[in-house]
Amino acid sequence: MAALTPAVLPEAGVPAPRPVRGRRGAGAWRAVVLAVAALYFVTPLAASFVFTVNDPEKGFTLEAYGEIFVAEGFTRSLLLSLGLAAATITVVLLLTLPAMLAVRLGAPRLRPVLDVLCTLPLVVPPITFVAGISTVLRWGPDHLAATPFYQTIIAVQNPSFPVVLVIAYAVLALPFVYRALDAGLGAMDVRTLVEAARNCGASWPVVLLRVIVPNLKAGLAGASFLTLALVLGEYTIARLLGFEPFSVWIVTISGANAPLSVAVSIFSLLLTWALLLILSTAGTRRSRS
Amino acid sequence: MIETTSAAPAPLPLKSRGEGGGRARTRSAGWTGALPLLVFVGLAFGVPAAALLGGAFTAGGAPSTANLTESLRGAYLTAMLSSVKLSAIVAVAGAVLGAFLAQAVVTSRLRALREAVLTASGVLANFGGVPLAFAWIATLGNSGVLTTRLGLGDLGWNLYSFWGLVLVYLYFSVPLMVLVIVPALDGLRPQWREAAQNNGATTWQFWRHVGIPVLTPTLLGGVVLLFGGAFAAYATAAAMVGTVVPLVTLQIADALAGNVLIGHENVALALSLDMIVVAGLVMAVYLPLQRRSARWLR
Repeated sequence: MAALTPAVLPEAGVPAPRPVRGRRGAGAWRAVVLAVAALYFVTPLAASFVFTVNDPEKGFTLEAYGEIFVAEGFTRSLLLSLGLAAATITVVLLLTLPAMLAVRLGAPRLRPVLDVLCTLPLVVPPITFVAGISTVLRWGPDHLAATPFYQTIIAVQNPSFPVVLVIAYAVLALPFVYRALDAGLGAMDVRTLVEAARNCGASWPVVLLRVIVPNLKAGLAGASFLTLALVLGEYTIARLLGFEPFSVWIVTISGANAPLSVAVSIFSLLLTWALLLILSTAGTRRSRS
Repeated sequence: MIETTSAAPAPLPLKSRGEGGGRARTRSAGWTGALPLLVFVGLAFGVPAAALLGGAFTAGGAPSTANLTESLRGAYLTAMLSSVKLSAIVAVAGAVLGAFLAQAVVTSRLRALREAVLTASGVLANFGGVPLAFAWIATLGNSGVLTTRLGLGDLGWNLYSFWGLVLVYLYFSVPLMVLVIVPALDGLRPQWREAAQNNGATTWQFWRHVGIPVLTPTLLGGVVLLFGGAFAAYATAAAMVGTVVPLVTLQIADALAGNVLIGHENVALALSLDMIVVAGLVMAVYLPLQRRSARWLR
């Protein structure tokens, strides 16, 4: 604290009363905290890596990592997860962005409604959400067999691309997307921009694509990343509804092969990390230009 | 993560408006823009919620509260209490540790350290589920690297226990707390510190009378957020402890999979309703606090 003060303080000439003692104490305290944190956060990652490459008989080996890519269902489940993520991001952005613009431009009284609606999913743990969904899906065979709804219920559960997961993930992602976009929209003067564009004769799609979206790049990138991380990591709903995206596949495939299961875990962490880096660099580069 | 973004100032509403026609046009466009989202939430969220509520109050085809009574008895009650205890411990410990770590990072003069910790926190806060459980099993499980090398097994160490879960849950809770509280710590004005020091306050007095009161809403908000995360976690616990530690999420999954007595299928829905009530009560504390902390940290 004391160490930071001179850099931030406007009148840099004011000396702190006891700078030496404060600085030395704070430094030691900070070093201890950082060292403990580093130990706690790095140890499982390092130990997991050792676990995967250390074979009791052969010594150092990267076999476990090679097995990931040839294991049955790797490409299918990973592509399914990425497809679900892309669909969820599209759906949730197409739903929230117009609604949030609407609240800012024409219907301010809807704002509290939207606030509550987009916070509710935070209150509902995924496992209770899936309990509700599976109840609804069971209505299909039980009550709706003779109606057209039955075909819809079958169609949304198509194992090659379960639309029901996209719907569920879009609901779960709402709070994060809403907050990310809210911050982005708060940083610009939406009304002036939109009215200027409309007065110049731009149609609504043009306003959206060429005025709002370019100004909202960082917010959109943030919202997309949060949704992507959520979809890639989500296990509860997919598992309990009986689908097999990447997060469920890594459990199925690992089974008795402990090094493989840990290798897949490290791989999925690195994948998330890589996607985060790609999205954040893409976001900053675009917002800079 | 949420707090980082919500600290941005609200847009200034423009008071002066054009002619009435433009206003009418934007207003109708406004409602149509919000309509798809409202319909979607109503269907995708409202219908399962209604089904859950209806099912929880139905036993044997007739309206009844038998499911709820059963869900608050015996093994189910034990699981619920165990879940609440686990989440509360993780939330408080995670908030305190996260706050210290964030303060250490914020006061550091190394720009790179700050960036690295914040990026890592963003990733690790999302590092939950089964991979997290596997990483810890490989480290401190019965045949984990550290357990075997350090001979922890002989010392009575057991990861597959209540405190093992606490240790593992902190792995994603502490980074989340760092993300929540860094903006608040950044908002502590250096001038307040200078003023306190010029008036002869010690470091402890500064924190006791200025720092902690200002941070309290954010700290409590973080506790609530961490509680919610630990309370809802299922995959990590399922992969790690199975049924050794009773948790309400494990009980719901078990009941959904059909492991209940005939005629008691809806007890999973009643348990879910219990969970939502607990989470809802906790969240009801959080939302007003978030608004209060936003006032100080402009």
